[in-house]
Amino acid sequence: MADVFASFMVNAWVVATIVAVVAGVVGFFTVLRGNAFAAHAIPNGAFAGAAWAALVGVNPLIGLGLFSAGSAATIGWLSRRGRRDVATALMLTFMLGLGSLFLEVRTGYGPLVYSLLFGEVLGISSNQVLPTIALAAACLLGVGLLYRPLLLSTVLPDAGRAGGISATLMDFLFLGLLALLTTMTVPVVGTLLIFSLTIGAPAAARAFTDRPSRAILLSVVVALATVWIAIAVAYWTNYPIGFFVGAISALTYIAGRLWTARGRRVPSPRW
Amino acid sequence: MTVSGALFAPGFFSSGPVHTALALGGVVAIVCGIVGVFTVIRGQAFAGEALSDIGAAGGSASFLASVSPVWGFLAASLAAAAAMEMIGVQRARGRDLATGIVLGTSLGLAALFLYLDSTLRSTTGTTVSVLFGSMFALSSSLIPAVVSLSVVSAGLVCLIQRPLMLSSMNPDLAAVRGVRVRLLGIAYLAALAVAVALAALTIGAILGTALLVGPAATALRITRRPGLAMLTAAGLGVLAVVIGVVLAYDSFLWPGHGWPVSFFVVTLVFLFYLVFGLPGSRRSSQREQGGG
Repeated sequence: MADVFASFMVNAWVVATIVAVVAGVVGFFTVLRGNAFAAHAIPNGAFAGAAWAALVGVNPLIGLGLFSAGSAATIGWLSRRGRRDVATALMLTFMLGLGSLFLEVRTGYGPLVYSLLFGEVLGISSNQVLPTIALAAACLLGVGLLYRPLLLSTVLPDAGRAGGISATLMDFLFLGLLALLTTMTVPVVGTLLIFSLTIGAPAAARAFTDRPSRAILLSVVVALATVWIAIAVAYWTNYPIGFFVGAISALTYIAGRLWTARGRRVPSPRW
Repeated sequence: MTVSGALFAPGFFSSGPVHTALALGGVVAIVCGIVGVFTVIRGQAFAGEALSDIGAAGGSASFLASVSPVWGFLAASLAAAAAMEMIGVQRARGRDLATGIVLGTSLGLAALFLYLDSTLRSTTGTTVSVLFGSMFALSSSLIPAVVSLSVVSAGLVCLIQRPLMLSSMNPDLAAVRGVRVRLLGIAYLAALAVAVALAALTIGAILGTALLVGPAATALRITRRPGLAMLTAAGLGVLAVVIGVVLAYDSFLWPGHGWPVSFFVVTLVFLFYLVFGLPGSRRSSQREQGGG
């Protein structure tokens, strides 16, 4: 039982905890801004970055950082000139295709693809801990600095504009935050499942409270619970952690929906 | 060296896998073009992306159960479309989230199935072929199933084209005119799920949306007329597939040996969009106001 906390597991616990906190905070804004698709797409851009880093032989964090920032900027730029969802979808598939090329050329890539996409939390080494802490601090600092203008520009864009807050600038800055989150998260839960963490917990939290500060707090708590349970169960069963993160996120979301439906006086919409 | 000798590597025209890839890819590109125009107009690119990714769960499960991947992809996207409909894709507000939650859960399932594939059946390469496709490895026995599913999906969309266009552009007006908007939405989602499953089968589960959304979005920048846009999108899709197959075949002679077909297809689709889609945000916004 206690061997879940064995010394080689310490890094996994520390890094996953940090990731959950930041994902909970950033995820709250993602859900509020309706940016779920971007939260899905930027990590997939990062996949190409990790693949490129593996091909060229540089530190994966550099590849992840470069490509997720590039993807975020591309989405922001292209969506000013056309439909955002189309731009996001095309950028996403292009990046994945590029990633598959990098890995194909490198040859022998099956397991690496799997761990990049679905995560390898049990294999986190101690030299991944410090960069994660630094990136997390940067990300939380960014959210702290942008908190009020970002909230205002998200909820009341017109009022924000009247107060001198550019919605476009906020969009780019927020996509930048997502890129930062991605860079620190990909090595831990993989590109495909960061998304569950960023969307599931805040979506559930939002069902229980309307106040932003409480919703953020609750979202962090739910994200932490999700990750901790997922690590423990993945360790005991040997099944991939991504499956448990996805399943628990869905359960918390359903719980939130049930709670909302219960508290509603007017007849709830069919679902 | 002749022109054709320079363009096509030796053996291109006599290769069985190339014929299958061209046939399947071409059919799928046509269906995606037809169905995709409405995906773009209705703003459902995220739903298409989610359905495609979800196909990964079905595709990997089908390897586990040793059934043909067509049915795995198809069952998974239809089930996911039903789930998305149930938890509320029809309301714009919760749509993003409902799609996201279904997507996240299915990716979790895909992770599990792929893990089981590699441990229980000790197949290598399932992850790669399910997620990124392997067009040259497609079996020609898939052709009848793919063609009939294509006819169903494209036929359904063509059949409901007029009321669907009205209800996509202006749901309230459509409802007043007696169009059953919800039912149409469900019918369209089903057609979308079939098209996406086919795309996932050919160019890979996580790349399928490219063929669905890219040519359609590009075509809608070239023309605003729906029928013409469908034709243009189908044409662009086929073009991307054909050039992609040719380049991938040629690439066996390049460094790296055998670049993935899917890479060429998604890159071409993206390039088409950048070339035809980008110039002038002003022009498109004028059209947006003038058109419809």
